[in-house]
Amino acid sequence: MSQSTEHPAYLQHHFSDAEQQRESVKLGMWIFLVTEILLFGGLFCAYSIYRAWNPDIFFNAHRFMNIELGTTNTCVLIISSLTIALAIRAIQLGKKNQTLVYLGSTFVLAGVFLVIKYFEYAHKFHEGMLPGKFYTFKGIAGTNPHVFFSMYFLMTGLHGIHVTVGMILIGWLMYRTKKGHFSSEYYTPVEMTGLYWHLVDIIWIFLFPLFYLVG
Amino acid sequence: MSREVSHTTHIMPVSLYLKIGGLLLILTGLTVFASFLQFGPYNLVIAMVIAATKASLVALFFMHLKYDNKLYMILFVSSLLFLATFIILTMFDTLTRGDINPETAMPYKPEAVIYTQPADSTAAAADSMHTTPDSSRTDQEPTE
Repeated sequence: MSQSTEHPAYLQHHFSDAEQQRESVKLGMWIFLVTEILLFGGLFCAYSIYRAWNPDIFFNAHRFMNIELGTTNTCVLIISSLTIALAIRAIQLGKKNQTLVYLGSTFVLAGVFLVIKYFEYAHKFHEGMLPGKFYTFKGIAGTNPHVFFSMYFLMTGLHGIHVTVGMILIGWLMYRTKKGHFSSEYYTPVEMTGLYWHLVDIIWIFLFPLFYLVG
Repeated sequence: MSREVSHTTHIMPVSLYLKIGGLLLILTGLTVFASFLQFGPYNLVIAMVIAATKASLVALFFMHLKYDNKLYMILFVSSLLFLATFIILTMFDTLTRGDINPETAMPYKPEAVIYTQPADSTAAAADSMHTTPDSSRTDQEPTE
């Protein structure tokens, strides 16, 4: 108990110092990210199987994807990755207002991504380019183009859920930054959310060519 | 108890972040450009190589793997190895089924078309799932 008075508020008592705590949290976060990779990995495996079985469908169906919107969304996510990396740098240097600006930019860019995704989804719902038995669009030559859209909605949908979760986390970080919970000595939640956000970006980096740039 | 900041936090200069971000955007442009060229099956290879390069840049610099404890790098890379094993072994199965029984080589047959009826009547849509190959292919162009 004599030591507890020396501890900063953010240091849990079962860690000997802040550095050990930080490393432990980071290790836990990376293990979580690995489970995320394996979660998406199942879908990437399914994608590989269906594309190998139906190369013609993937080629014909991808022409109905909007490459402009897809490219815009890729750039939006890359810039949002950059801004959250800069937010972490700003809090490492203890610049609270700069951190808030960068976190806010990331939040807005994530919102832009979801809005663009909404317009793409709305268009596909309208045209009947839907998964499985809900597929009613007739403009794609070849058999069973619904296979392509099943994979498209599964993978981009799961990714979209991750973007939404990321937005909630970034909003929470902005609140805590404003409250002054973070400093150059303690910014672990910002760093961990950053890692999560970069992983979401990496997954989109693969989804983009797999669905929009088939051939 | 030493409470001063003794950890070896590596703070990258802003210029490096901007360079990596710029490089990622350039590579995005490159992959879009490459997709309009005709390389046959190599289009996929090129797209995946560019995507892997972009992912590596994000992981090494934005996620600080280059500067952090190498344990995180080992974790990350090992998950990718497991994923590669998973996909490659599965493909050994699904791509070679036809060697034993040609009927299982391509499970999606032209007869399996399920969207030949308009969606406005759900009964018709349900029916169309069970129609015979002949009737379901009336408005379907043959493949090839």
